[in-house]
Amino acid sequence: MSVSEVEFSLAELMIVAAAEAWRNDGELLAHGIGTLPRLAVSLAKLTIEDGLLLTDGEAYAIEDPVPLGQKQENRALAGWMPYSRVFDSVWLGRRHAMVTPVQVDRWGQGNISALGDFSRPKVQMLGVRGFPGNSICHKNSFLLTSHTKRTFVEGEVDVVSSVGYSDKRWPDGMKRPDIQIGLLVTDLCVMDFGGPNHAARVLSLHPGVSFEDVQAATGFPLLKADNLHVTPAPTREQLAIIAKYDPNNLRASALKGNPPGIRPAAAA
Amino acid sequence: MNKEMDLASAVASLSDGMTIGVGGWGPRRKPMAMIREILRSDLKDLTIVAYGGPEIGMLCAAGKVRKLIYGFVSLDQIPLEPYFRKAREAASVAVDELDEGLLLLGLQAAGHRVPFAVTQVGLGSDVLTHNPHFKTIKSPYADGETLLAMPAIPLDVALIHVSRADRRGNTQTDGPDPYFDALFARAAKRTIVTTETLCDRLDHEHADKAKANLFERYLVSGVVHAPLGAHPTTAHDAYGWDMGHLKAYAATATEEGGWDRYMADYIAQGEAAYIEKVGGAEAVARLPIPTF
Repeated sequence: MSVSEVEFSLAELMIVAAAEAWRNDGELLAHGIGTLPRLAVSLAKLTIEDGLLLTDGEAYAIEDPVPLGQKQENRALAGWMPYSRVFDSVWLGRRHAMVTPVQVDRWGQGNISALGDFSRPKVQMLGVRGFPGNSICHKNSFLLTSHTKRTFVEGEVDVVSSVGYSDKRWPDGMKRPDIQIGLLVTDLCVMDFGGPNHAARVLSLHPGVSFEDVQAATGFPLLKADNLHVTPAPTREQLAIIAKYDPNNLRASALKGNPPGIRPAAAA
Repeated sequence: MNKEMDLASAVASLSDGMTIGVGGWGPRRKPMAMIREILRSDLKDLTIVAYGGPEIGMLCAAGKVRKLIYGFVSLDQIPLEPYFRKAREAASVAVDELDEGLLLLGLQAAGHRVPFAVTQVGLGSDVLTHNPHFKTIKSPYADGETLLAMPAIPLDVALIHVSRADRRGNTQTDGPDPYFDALFARAAKRTIVTTETLCDRLDHEHADKAKANLFERYLVSGVVHAPLGAHPTTAHDAYGWDMGHLKAYAATATEEGGWDRYMADYIAQGEAAYIEKVGGAEAVARLPIPTF
């Protein structure tokens, strides 16, 4: 049976695309923060990179991914990973997290702290959380469910929470350290900052999305990757794994209206 | 040796302008009975240091706070703490917004009695922009690296909720994650714990759980028996957070006079009335521990 006959949601397409972020990571602490990133890291562990060290979403290391939100009396726990040891992994650089900034700019800097003027924000959000430390110490990938000019902003993000490839932000003439930003998975495409001088680059377009659509929804110029392609559709096996690890179908609420993976315009 | 005290005398030992650290993490293991007693008091101008949950919002709503030092403030399933948001958006409190790890390092430096901790965390981010008192330092060694000298965060008092304590100040804390309660205790001149269970001698009654002891009893100056005292936050392994109550609390932030009504309805009449008002002791004790 051909893949094109399999129905899938945009959320499922994004999960499969996001799982690729951890390819070739080897052994490190892999964290997907939020519903789709967590399913993505589970899929990555099961189908791409067995070396990944996962957690149960709280304070233990696990070898078998844990289904989201399902009470399990006897979870198989492989180790202990309280926050103090998460920080140890962060500062050692042995972690790759997938997170969801509210704003991203052309330098790959992310914001989850506040919108507007920090001294009196228009919207106070979570605070910078672990973003400053994560971004200077280890690799991070991003997943954003709403790709617009409000999320991919024209200028600099309002509060630089995670650092990126800007050369202007470093004190005392220090050189920009080696920042690692992996994949950016959005509801329109997959991107990275792998262009010349870390310019943003579109790697693949979700079915029915054009490069021009993505550029129109982005506040800064984008490059096309040499082998720009259509984001691969999930296979039946991948969809079955996703369903198994999301028994309450939380992924259906991750994107507004739970749109199909192939946009209707493209199917026509 | 008997460090037992009640909520009223514990809060009477605090004074205006103090820097108070609060243990726990978001809506987990917060010493809420103590926070409510502070809300009932006329304490003011406090500097609150925390991995923030509802205690931050409530203390802001009640006008108790001059300054907040935090890595985040969240109610988890309610991602944005409503009264913290209001306070920030009205610019009614001063803030040191920190990376979560910088808060750890600042507390640790205070506990080690050194002026700062050295780290690369925060460099290049707006944490340095919005904390202009943070200075960088150049490594004295051959690498010559530029690093942040994260200033110590000394506390006047730490308030921490524990599972069990004895009157000598020995404590045990259940649950999967100790969070940074020990660092708060060591950063403080003194620590007051609220405890689910109070016993005469932990060594006689719960010796099998000695590894659940997170910090030294010489840090503990007061022990307050406050069963269900973490409600509406989770107290592992006793009871889970009360998301229904947290949602009702959060909803008051959008109502005219909402905070005054929350204070009058739940907090003003004391802890016994509070527990009755939120469903009674049996119902609170049955709140399930959330699964992720």
